[in-house]
Amino acid sequence: MHTTLHLLAEAPPQMLPARSLMAFTLASHIILVPMGVALPLITLIMHGYGLRRGDATALLLARRWSAVMAVQFAIGVVTGTVLSFEFGLLWPGLMGRWGDVFGIGFGVEAWAFFLEAVLIAIYLYGWRRLPARTHFLLGLPLPATALLGAFGILAANSWMNTPRGFSLDSEGNPVDVDVWKAIFTPMFGPQYWHFVVAMLLTAGYVVAGVYAVGWLRGRRDRYHRLGFTVPFTVAAVFTPVQFMLGDAIARAVFQKQPVKFAAMEIVWNTDTHVPEYLFGRLHPDGTVTGGIKIPQLDSILAGFRPDTEVHGLTSVPAENRPTVAQATLIHWTFDIMVGIGSVLVLLVVWYAFVWWRRRRLPASPWFYRSAACAGVASVIAVECGWITTEVGRQPWIVYENMRVAEAVTGARAGSLWTMFAVVVVVYVLIFGSFLAVLLKMRTRWRLDDERSREADTMTTPETDTPYGPRSAVAAPTEDGRP
Amino acid sequence: MTAAGVVAAVLLLAVAAYTCAGGTDYGAGFWDLTAGGAERGKRPRWLIDHAMAPVWEVNNVWLIFVLVIMWTGFPEFFQTVFSSMWLPLALAVIGIVLRGAGFALRKPTRRIAGRRVYGAVFAIASLLTPFFLGAAAGGIASGRVGPGTEPTAHAWFNPTSVFFGLLAVVGTALLGAVFLAADAVRYEAPDLHAYFRRRALATLAAFAVLGAVTLVVAHADAPHLWHGLTHGAGLALLVLAVLATLVTAWLLLRTSGAWSRPAAVVLMASAVIAWGVAQRPYLIPGRLTVAEAAGAPSTLHWLLIVTVVAAVLVFPAVAFLYRLDTRGTLEPLTDADLRRGGDPEPGA
Repeated sequence: MHTTLHLLAEAPPQMLPARSLMAFTLASHIILVPMGVALPLITLIMHGYGLRRGDATALLLARRWSAVMAVQFAIGVVTGTVLSFEFGLLWPGLMGRWGDVFGIGFGVEAWAFFLEAVLIAIYLYGWRRLPARTHFLLGLPLPATALLGAFGILAANSWMNTPRGFSLDSEGNPVDVDVWKAIFTPMFGPQYWHFVVAMLLTAGYVVAGVYAVGWLRGRRDRYHRLGFTVPFTVAAVFTPVQFMLGDAIARAVFQKQPVKFAAMEIVWNTDTHVPEYLFGRLHPDGTVTGGIKIPQLDSILAGFRPDTEVHGLTSVPAENRPTVAQATLIHWTFDIMVGIGSVLVLLVVWYAFVWWRRRRLPASPWFYRSAACAGVASVIAVECGWITTEVGRQPWIVYENMRVAEAVTGARAGSLWTMFAVVVVVYVLIFGSFLAVLLKMRTRWRLDDERSREADTMTTPETDTPYGPRSAVAAPTEDGRP
Repeated sequence: MTAAGVVAAVLLLAVAAYTCAGGTDYGAGFWDLTAGGAERGKRPRWLIDHAMAPVWEVNNVWLIFVLVIMWTGFPEFFQTVFSSMWLPLALAVIGIVLRGAGFALRKPTRRIAGRRVYGAVFAIASLLTPFFLGAAAGGIASGRVGPGTEPTAHAWFNPTSVFFGLLAVVGTALLGAVFLAADAVRYEAPDLHAYFRRRALATLAAFAVLGAVTLVVAHADAPHLWHGLTHGAGLALLVLAVLATLVTAWLLLRTSGAWSRPAAVVLMASAVIAWGVAQRPYLIPGRLTVAEAAGAPSTLHWLLIVTVVAAVLVFPAVAFLYRLDTRGTLEPLTDADLRRGGDPEPGA
């Protein structure tokens, strides 16, 4: 460990730009992930409902959501490709030494992604000519491929948090790789389920939020009611589940990554009867200013008893733990995530209560205002959760086995800064255009709906059922079929 | 054959698949760039948009698969390539982002100025990306880098690299033209069929000449590659590539052009596979063998198992997609959208 101490003292100049670039591209990519992982499921639920009931409105919603799915998938492929390149461009040391230990998860992910791309293409372009049932059935494996893709990514990430499945030779290189152990590491289960459910929640709240805004603006037709109810119900069902899973993962971190847990809860010295701080700021001398202090609670949360011993940051040398600033940061992101989760549970209780007593949606505008915010809030929670797990791992890229500084590229820092600048400009353009496209789609759909309502008929293709012969406007295609 | 050898073969096949599938897409971008002004290039661009859309994402996923096999199967190779050829790979990935975004965002954009910007971004990135990827491949083929090589221009700016880069650009243009000519038949646009057939023939000729020159360059600049391409299996594949060139030319000269697509794919795939086979037993000639770079044996076995399982699932799916696509079963949803100015459902 002496050499690593030496390394830390002179952190290479590539570190800051490389980490900034990675953080920026990941933070951007992760916004698209809920839509990629969970939107197919929500769309298929709506689609299945529409087919079963012969409900044209539900089918229309499903078809429009599939269009959104396609745009986000296209952007997600691009930003995902950037990440694959960045593993090599920014962290060649990580990939060179450990690629064969934890890479297999990515192998699963790449194939899952492949299937997903094929199925999305068929689903998106199959609305018109494929028989209704065939089309739906071909879409049905989509959520499974999404889950499989997440499996691969999360296997790799949880391995970085709790690396297993290898032993080190005399030169410190991994040998005797056990792929099974490297995939199913201690953090894998908690991370995977917490992540998948987070994606379901976020996608549900984001989609429902769009229709909640429509409801607030006075569009209270069946289209908006259905568009709100289905995704919101999906999210509502999973919100309490997520609360339990969140609790489980925090305890897993306490067991498996005690130093990360200490940073999350800004615990300085190892102790029992440790208080819980809500927010607050950690100082280099171990004191905490600001925030709300709740005596004993941290020990109780960690081990159900006030006399549970919680490891403090000082239980390891300073160079082996997150800095004070990093600890404060992830303490905040952790608290924000938990706070958002708790508020969402309250919102779900409201929804469930009204449904249970009156069998209808809540009528209060405040409910819809909260629901409209829930989408944004859950995206923020996803970002916060990701920051907590990644910054909490510092200074390790492979927990307790390789430092970030050892993995970084030898390319000139100037080149990295330049690439960072280019990527920021390009991403701002891409995500700006992405948003613009979504808004434009929404406007066009609304105009189409209004037009058809004025005419009081189902004449525009947008309001037609997606299957079967079309009404008057449909021109014959090149092979003469309707 | 050892497990590492099999994984190397899978990697080579994946590279060939990306060259053909992704290459066709890049080629479409090349023809988008050269289609001329907004009015003159309207019809070729319309075809490019429509023909590419359904299979576009799938084609791009091949690249991710190539990278994953590289770092899981041959971590040291991955590290060497990405450390030493930092700049071309960084430029390539920026090109990939710009290109993907340009293509995905152009269609839903209605205003001509906006379409022009996205179109230009898409087209220029389509040109630069294959060049830089080709240049990196040339750096590998000429054995200029090895474990521990620092980022250096020498690694990717040399005769072999430049010719590999040019070959990549012309090869993608060739594939793009051949596929678009066939698509024009499907979309019942005889004028576009003739348009792209002419271009396919021209790029085929350019590709043949450039290939011959590259071979001559390799004689002095990349002797191991030259030796591999003029002996044994490498030579056989090279002959196959030459035959495929002649067959493609013959098929293009006949007006129907029915089988020109498989012929062009055989041409590109055999050229790429010839390169890989010529490098045996090296991943980087003279510097890093397959055996030296191979990852842990258990990982390689699992990688093969994952590959086999996935191949069983994915190949039928991809074949089904291409079949649906070429039969015209996949098409954007609303006619009204098409009549409103040639753009289908956004993102579609």
